[in-house]
Amino acid sequence: MDMLVFAGASVAKIAVVMVTVLITVAILTLAERKVLSWMQDRMGPMEVGPYGILQPIADGIKLFFKEDIIPAGANWVLFSLAPIISLIPAFIGFAVVPYGPNIEYELYGVTIKPFIISDINIGILYVLAFASIGAYGVILGGWASNNKYSLLGGLRAAAQVISYELNVGLAIIGVLILAGSLSLVTIAEKQAGGFWHWNLIGGLQIIGFVVYVISSVAETNRLPFDLPEADSELVAGWMTEYSGMRFAFFFMAEYANMILVSCIASVLFLGGYHAPYPGTLLPGILGYFEGVAWFTVKVYFFLFLFFWIRATLPRLRYDQLMRFGWKVMLPLALANIVITAIVVYVLR
Amino acid sequence: MATLSFFYFGSVIVLCALLVVIFRNPVYSVISLLVMFFHIAGLFVTLHAEFLAAVQLIVYAGAILVLYLFVVMILNLQQDDSYQRQVKWGLGLGLLALAEVIAIISKAALPDEPAQSKTAAAAAGEAATVVGNTEMVGKALYTTYLFPFEVASLILLVAMIGAIIMAKKGIMEPGPLRESK
Repeated sequence: MDMLVFAGASVAKIAVVMVTVLITVAILTLAERKVLSWMQDRMGPMEVGPYGILQPIADGIKLFFKEDIIPAGANWVLFSLAPIISLIPAFIGFAVVPYGPNIEYELYGVTIKPFIISDINIGILYVLAFASIGAYGVILGGWASNNKYSLLGGLRAAAQVISYELNVGLAIIGVLILAGSLSLVTIAEKQAGGFWHWNLIGGLQIIGFVVYVISSVAETNRLPFDLPEADSELVAGWMTEYSGMRFAFFFMAEYANMILVSCIASVLFLGGYHAPYPGTLLPGILGYFEGVAWFTVKVYFFLFLFFWIRATLPRLRYDQLMRFGWKVMLPLALANIVITAIVVYVLR
Repeated sequence: MATLSFFYFGSVIVLCALLVVIFRNPVYSVISLLVMFFHIAGLFVTLHAEFLAAVQLIVYAGAILVLYLFVVMILNLQQDDSYQRQVKWGLGLGLLALAEVIAIISKAALPDEPAQSKTAAAAAGEAATVVGNTEMVGKALYTTYLFPFEVASLILLVAMIGAIIMAKKGIMEPGPLRESK
């Protein structure tokens, strides 16, 4: 019975998070086009619904009903498997993110945490592990398409992910030293009590923050680091041969990864669900939802940052990408670890 | 439950390890190796070694195997080039390895003091869940095993320098390429 209640509550939480993520993906596809348009003094999609707000639904229906094409020379097993390998790791990471305060409720004698699906003691490593698995979808999809542009895109993705994953891992070590834990819930709890306790400001993790944000843009294959896709030279890179729902899977994986990276960045550096002021303004249960609202605001700030960077910066050349990753970001991240470790050691 | 999951993970690991060498297409071999790494990580989780499980995925599945895939895709091996007949060597080494496995299993199946070792393992598992095994691994690495740990990092450094020198032939002597830079 206890097991059943616990499983039911977990499934309910997972369903809420999954639906929220999928809706956010739909919103983002429209928001990206709208934000880019406004930044370039255009109007963006205007046809479907008032101000084009029904555009994501139209896009979804279009992709769903498209013909399912597998190129003649393609390896169909891997060609079909690649979008799934891409999508699943993108969704799995959301299991360990704390969306709200770490409170407990008794439901039929079972303790349930309504805002946390799972608090595992290696939370952040779990996210990193599955983020690195997502690259297989890109690499295998590029290889299985039997197309030179796809293959080049896949190879670039492999090199890029290895280079920048390292920087993501090193950039967060400063935060881990400050929190003394790998659990995202604990990391968020340690930053309570106003914005001056956040790791970015109170912990002086400015270098770590910058390295993390830049590296995560590169890891999600977004402009200016979208060399695996690179429309101007590789047609559409590893996605060249994909269409219909398989293409939609890759697309959803990219956006889900963006959301996940934004969630992790807000938890690690901006205090997660904590408001910029100590405590909450609203009393009781409403206060918990105030926390969730602040978390949402922070996540959307990062998502806007993704669009802003895309509208502002031109794409890097491949050698610039590698040089930047290994010769600028890596030393910065290492310096951040050394400085943080020394300061923490001296002060404690 | 624990035994059941062990047999599931164990059998998939053995199956995938076999498939790695059975597949003719090197990309399939890499994928079955990936599945195998996942199940090894699962085995670590059932042993309450979550940290090792995550590291297994990050290092092996996330980095090393991606490099393998990279190389396999770039080389684009022809079927005839990639396979040579090495039955004699394979048979000899395989028999040696088999003898070793049998020796280990026969030792493990007849343990000297079963009760004591079991309680020790249970106690270690309990301690790990209380303190968190990441802390325990960290403490062990930086206190008890500090010297081997540092030696291992030095070995890796040597390997890195070696790789750089092999990749950049002529980096040691001044050539026309270097002067022109």
